[in-house]
Amino acid sequence: MSNEIELIKDPGLPAHVHRRADTDPKAAARAERQVATLFILSALGTVVLVYSYLFVDEDIFFFIPVLGNTNAHQLGLGMGMAIALFCIGAGLIHWAKTLMPDEEVIAQRHEFKSEDEDREDFVKTVKAGAAAAGLGRRPLIKRTLGAALGLSAISPVLLLGDLGPLPGNQLKTTSWKKGTRLVTDPGDRPLRPQDLEVGAVAQTLPEIAPGEHRSLNDIGKDAVLLIRLRPEEFNLDAERLSWTYEGIIAFSKICSHMGCAVALYEQQTKHLLCPCHQSTFDVTRAAKVIFGPSARPLPQLPITIDAEGYLVAQAPFNEPVGPSFWERST
Amino acid sequence: MTARERIAGNVAGYVDDRTGAAKWMKKNLTKVFPDHWSFLLGEICLYSFVILLLSGTFLTFWYDPSMREVVYEGSYEPLQGLEMSAAYASTLDISFEVRGGLLMRQIHHWAALIFMVGIVVHLMRVYFTGAFRKPRETNWVIGVGLLTLGIVEGFLGYSLPDDLLSGTGIRIAEAIIQALPVVGSYLAFFTFGGAFPGVAFIPRIYTVHILLLPGIFLALITVHLMLVWYQKHTQFPGPGRTEKNVVGYPLMPVYMAKAGGFFFIVFGVTAFLGAVASINPIWLYGPYTPGQVSAGSQPDWYMGWLDGLVRMAPPIETVTFGYTISWNILIPGLILPGIMFTALALYPFIESWATGDKREHHLLDRPRNAPTRTAIGAMALTFTLVCLLNGGNDIIATTFDLTINQMMWFSRIGVIVLPPLAYVITKRLCLSLQRADRDLVLHGRETGRLVRMPNGEFTEIHEPISAEKAWLLTSHEQLAPLELPDLDGGGVRRPGAIKNKIRNRISRSMATAVPKATQSERKELEGHH
Ligand code: HEM
Ligand code: FES
Repeated sequence: MSNEIELIKDPGLPAHVHRRADTDPKAAARAERQVATLFILSALGTVVLVYSYLFVDEDIFFFIPVLGNTNAHQLGLGMGMAIALFCIGAGLIHWAKTLMPDEEVIAQRHEFKSEDEDREDFVKTVKAGAAAAGLGRRPLIKRTLGAALGLSAISPVLLLGDLGPLPGNQLKTTSWKKGTRLVTDPGDRPLRPQDLEVGAVAQTLPEIAPGEHRSLNDIGKDAVLLIRLRPEEFNLDAERLSWTYEGIIAFSKICSHMGCAVALYEQQTKHLLCPCHQSTFDVTRAAKVIFGPSARPLPQLPITIDAEGYLVAQAPFNEPVGPSFWERST
Repeated sequence: MTARERIAGNVAGYVDDRTGAAKWMKKNLTKVFPDHWSFLLGEICLYSFVILLLSGTFLTFWYDPSMREVVYEGSYEPLQGLEMSAAYASTLDISFEVRGGLLMRQIHHWAALIFMVGIVVHLMRVYFTGAFRKPRETNWVIGVGLLTLGIVEGFLGYSLPDDLLSGTGIRIAEAIIQALPVVGSYLAFFTFGGAFPGVAFIPRIYTVHILLLPGIFLALITVHLMLVWYQKHTQFPGPGRTEKNVVGYPLMPVYMAKAGGFFFIVFGVTAFLGAVASINPIWLYGPYTPGQVSAGSQPDWYMGWLDGLVRMAPPIETVTFGYTISWNILIPGLILPGIMFTALALYPFIESWATGDKREHHLLDRPRNAPTRTAIGAMALTFTLVCLLNGGNDIIATTFDLTINQMMWFSRIGVIVLPPLAYVITKRLCLSLQRADRDLVLHGRETGRLVRMPNGEFTEIHEPISAEKAWLLTSHEQLAPLELPDLDGGGVRRPGAIKNKIRNRISRSMATAVPKATQSERKELEGHH
């Protein structure tokens, strides 16, 4: 015996097995009827759709287990369309499977690589073409063309410059100024300290003149959360403590991570939680991050009261609000 | 000749007189397509794209891509009198005023989800069977492009209704742009036409969502399909199937009927989902305002893994010379995804470099016969899955009564530990499956029937497997590892020595296999009996 290892051989394509419909005319007729039935079902689906469109009122709701309260009009349209389309597909496939030839055929592949001769000819043609254009012989044309093409790319970039204004210091400033009143959102009512019980939270915005409109851009920077604790619960340095008023502390509501609204306050733990990525801030420690991906505390708004006893800002925020950006330096 | 045949002949003649297409058509109408359920995955993507074009065009007739503030006066009572953007108001109108509008919105959204699932599963099929190997690398790269653009397109579409949920997503996208070093704030202002949210964003992404990206999709899909056509489909190994042939059904009529039928099936199923399964009920979220957020904010699943990655990032930010770099945003939001997608796109080239295999391949691999590739795939999937789970960490925590803290640490550790574990387990699993194949070929199938040997011992009767099955289990080739020299003829270290060493190691790992059974071994075993 030789040492040549003998591999298992390819037995070749198995013999074709006929389907019933190939040999039995009755089975073929039955398959034909099945296909036709599917097409008729499809037509019925379209009837359901047309009927729902014309005759089913849009405000009829009824209860279906699992789905809950369902609008009859939409359901009729959708189910009609689904049945119409699905049954066409099912009919076509059933037709292909039962009645069309199911004998597998073999086609040959060819390697994609061309003959060596053709490849060489191709390279020659390209070279000849390039030589005919004479780029190599005329460096002046080559260089000026390259420069012109390169420069022409400036125009679209330049024209796109008007997509937006430059940021300026918009990312660093808000509407809060010394003496701006804090008003409720919604409602626009100014707040006195006594309006806020210990443990309560209020959502506020800077007061605007009557008739003026607050844009979403402003809300996105100005939103402030007021929280009232007992003053002794704070764990702040003297400066930070001076920014609070009778246990009321104000933070930017815009998350220092990626700018979501920090909407959840847990009264027992005195934690603020951002629902987007769960950054958690400790209110008693100047909104220090105690959990999650945010790397900075929430900016604090120094507050006090004005002559009429309403809560106002002592000064703008102590640092830029919202997510970080390159030019931010604190 | 019947009248119908005469008409058909006339039409064909008319076309051929003007184009000479008859020869090409004759050849291509009988083109052979191999049949396998997994080859339908690509078709699902194609058909759901067509459904997206149709349903999306319907939506454009009523959708108003404007952030102009309007007061809602439509029929949905809870929101009446509220200020909102025209975009949100028109999406409410599509849902409540336009007949069939809600159905179309839901069909569009379901089709988008099916499109994305289709792409991901199709990609997995191509990956695990090695269909990306030469000459199909171009189509692999196009596929990765379609996946990436699909994620972007889906995110933009999801943002169009301008509801509270999607607005929150835009806010996060803005923060990622803003976090880019040096150019971040400028790019953010250019994208949004000023400060966030501004009034320019929705109209801008509308153009991108309905014109720019669909155009690119159409172009890429066309090239993708032309390549499939020209290079002919791959096929699974089996009796009679070789590298040099294609076994299957002719385009006309069988494949046409099946593919056409399948389009209607996909459309029908999507319409069914649109009819009964509510998706993105934007009226429950309310209009977007930056000062509010809906609890349990979740993106669609194809963005969820990114969100999970962002959630588990450690809180690191550095300030140098007065300039801030937010590693907590850049790493999970840009750097890691960038590396992942680049590695995905380059995989075919990396593998062929590592194995030194530059030949054409038209027969697919059974995943077990490429254990290293399969294990790398399992590793990548595990990574993505942990990220995806962490994207729903709040929901999982409340459902299973865990704390967010526990979930977070599970993910932070899991994302590092579980993928390598998946690699090792998968590789072993593949090798033991190979061993099982080998045993099956050599010793046959266990029949469950016991016989008593003369010496009193019981043994189970084994039945030899069919010639077809034996061929299927042994027809794959087993590549020898590369043995690149690190010393040249004179015994001097060559400049590429280290590279060769690395390449040898990877290729050895790629070539790990249980030797497949041969006819010689079978004969030898028979001799023993
Ligand atoms: C791969 C392609 C596409 C994907 C993944 C996709 C995805 C989405 C998604 C997820 C939505 C949100 C739907 C909702 O819940 O309201 C959407 C909205 C929309 N899409 Fe597409 N889409 C695609 C292609 C198209 C095309 C081709 C068009 C138009 C020709 C289009 C037009 C629209 C319009 C007008 C809306 C907003 C309508 C509304 O909010 O009700 N989409 N898209
Ligand atoms: S935006 Fe608040 S945690 Fe990410």
